[in-house]
Amino acid sequence: MPEVRFHSVFDIIGPVMVGPSSSHTAGASRIGRVVRNIFGEAPARIDVYLYESFAKTYRGHGTDVAIIGGLLGMAPDDPHLRDSLRLAHEAGIKVTFIPKSDKVDHPNSARIVLQKGDHKLSVLGESIGGGNIRITELNGFKISLSMGTPTYITIHDDVPGMIAAVTKIFSDSGINIGTMTVTREAKGEHAIMIIEVDGYQADILARLKAIPHMVNVTYFE
Amino acid sequence: MFYTIKELVAQSHDYPSVAELMIAVELENTTRTREQVRELMARNLEVMTQSVAEGVAGVQSVTGLTGGEAKKLDDYIAAGDWLSGEPILEAVRNAVAVNEVNAKMGLICATPTAGSAGVLAGVLTAVRERLNLSHDQQVDFLFTAGAFGLVIANNAGIAGAEGGCQEEVGSASAMAAASLVLAKGGTVEQASAAVAITLQNMLGLVCDPVAGLVEVPCVKRNALGASQAMVSADMALAGMISVIPTDEVIEAVRKVGVQLPSSLRETGEGGLAATPTAVRLKQEIFG
Repeated sequence: MPEVRFHSVFDIIGPVMVGPSSSHTAGASRIGRVVRNIFGEAPARIDVYLYESFAKTYRGHGTDVAIIGGLLGMAPDDPHLRDSLRLAHEAGIKVTFIPKSDKVDHPNSARIVLQKGDHKLSVLGESIGGGNIRITELNGFKISLSMGTPTYITIHDDVPGMIAAVTKIFSDSGINIGTMTVTREAKGEHAIMIIEVDGYQADILARLKAIPHMVNVTYFE
Repeated sequence: MFYTIKELVAQSHDYPSVAELMIAVELENTTRTREQVRELMARNLEVMTQSVAEGVAGVQSVTGLTGGEAKKLDDYIAAGDWLSGEPILEAVRNAVAVNEVNAKMGLICATPTAGSAGVLAGVLTAVRERLNLSHDQQVDFLFTAGAFGLVIANNAGIAGAEGGCQEEVGSASAMAAASLVLAKGGTVEQASAAVAITLQNMLGLVCDPVAGLVEVPCVKRNALGASQAMVSADMALAGMISVIPTDEVIEAVRKVGVQLPSSLRETGEGGLAATPTAVRLKQEIFG
C-alpha cells in the first residue's frame, strides 16, 4: 500500500477551522505556525514562494492570509486569521508573496523564508489535505516532519555537547527517539534539532529549556 | 491500526463497534486519554451543529458567489410539496448550509476537508432525530466515519489538489454512507458496501473551482454528495453488494486521481473553472 500519511481520527474529523479550505487555509496556517515556532521569534521580513495549486488559487482560498496568520502564531480556528495581513503590516513586518511556476513534489507547497537581521530560516511545507501538513525541507536539508507525531524542535547555540545533553534527557525519562534531524541555520550561530519521539512527559519541555545554550524549545503533536 | 477496509471489518468484530475500534486505535497512537478523545470529538460535533444552524438561517459568502440557498431549501421543505423525500432534502439543505458558512470564512469542522465539510454534518443532523441518536451515539457516528475515512485517506487521498473531487467529496460521502448504515443498525459489511457503491459513482469527479474559490461547484457537490450518502446507505441496507471489493475500488480512485491532469485538480484552470462565465467571474472578483 502507499505510504501511511494519516494516523489519527482527528486528521479526518477536524480540525475546527475558519473556512474556506482545509488544505489552502487551515493547512497553510499550520505550516506558518510551525515555521514561526522553529524560527523562535517574530521575523522582520517574510517571503512566501507559492507553488502549483497554491500559486494559482492562493487569493481565492485565503492562503496568503492563512500563512501570515500562522506566522503570527494564530491557530486555524482563530477568528483574527482574516485580519493577519493588516496585523503584520501594523507590526512592521515586510511581507512578499511570490507565485512560482516550478514543479515541486506536492501541488500544495509553499517555501517560507523568514529573516530578522542575520537570523534566517527557509522551510518548505506541504499541505496534504484535511488541514494536515508536512515539512519537507529546512535550510536546504531534506527532512520529513509531519504533525500527529510527538515532536520537539530545539533551537540552540551551535556549540559541542548539545546533542548529548538533549538525548540524555530523553533516555533518562525512558522515552525512545524515533527520528532526529540536526541542521544549522543558513547564516548565524544557531543550530536546530527536530526530534520525533514515541512518548510524552510533561516535564521534558522545561528540562530541555534549562540546558545551557538552549535558545528555544517547542513541542508539537 | 487498520490499513484496509478488509482489516477494518475484521478487527471491528473484536470490539463492540467500529467507533470503539477507532477509539482504541486513537489511544494507541496518541498520548490522549479516552475522555480527551471523546471530548475533542464532541467539540467537533458542536461546531458541525452550529454551522448547520448558521447556514440554514441564511449567510452570504465574501465574494457573493454563493449563499442564501440553504434558506431556499428550508422554505421548500416547509412547503411540503417535494419530489425526493424529506430526510434526503434535509441532508441536502444542511450540507449546503455548512458549505455556505465555510465560503464566508465562518467556523466549520473539516470532514475530511473544509471543501467537503457539508456532507457528514448534513446527513448526521438530518437523521439524528429520526434515528433517535443520543449525544454519545452522534459522537460515535463521527468516530465511525473517521475510521472509514482514514483508510480512504491512506490508500487514495482526501485533497482535491491531489486526486480531484472524487477524493474529496467522494471520501466525505463514502464515510458518511458507512456511518449511516451502522447508525441505522446495519452490519459493518453493509457499511463497507455503502463505501464502495458511493466511491464507484464518484469515480473521476474533477476538482474545478470557479475562480479558485471553494464555492462553485463545491457547495452543490456537497449537497448531492450528502444525498448520495443517504441513497448508498439505503442500497446497502437493502442488501445490495459491490461486485468490486471496497479496497479495490479505493485503489481505482487513487489511480484515477493520479491520471487526472493538473488542470482538473484544484488549479482553477479546467472544467467549470474554464467556462466563459467562470473566466468572467474571476476577472470581476480579482480584477
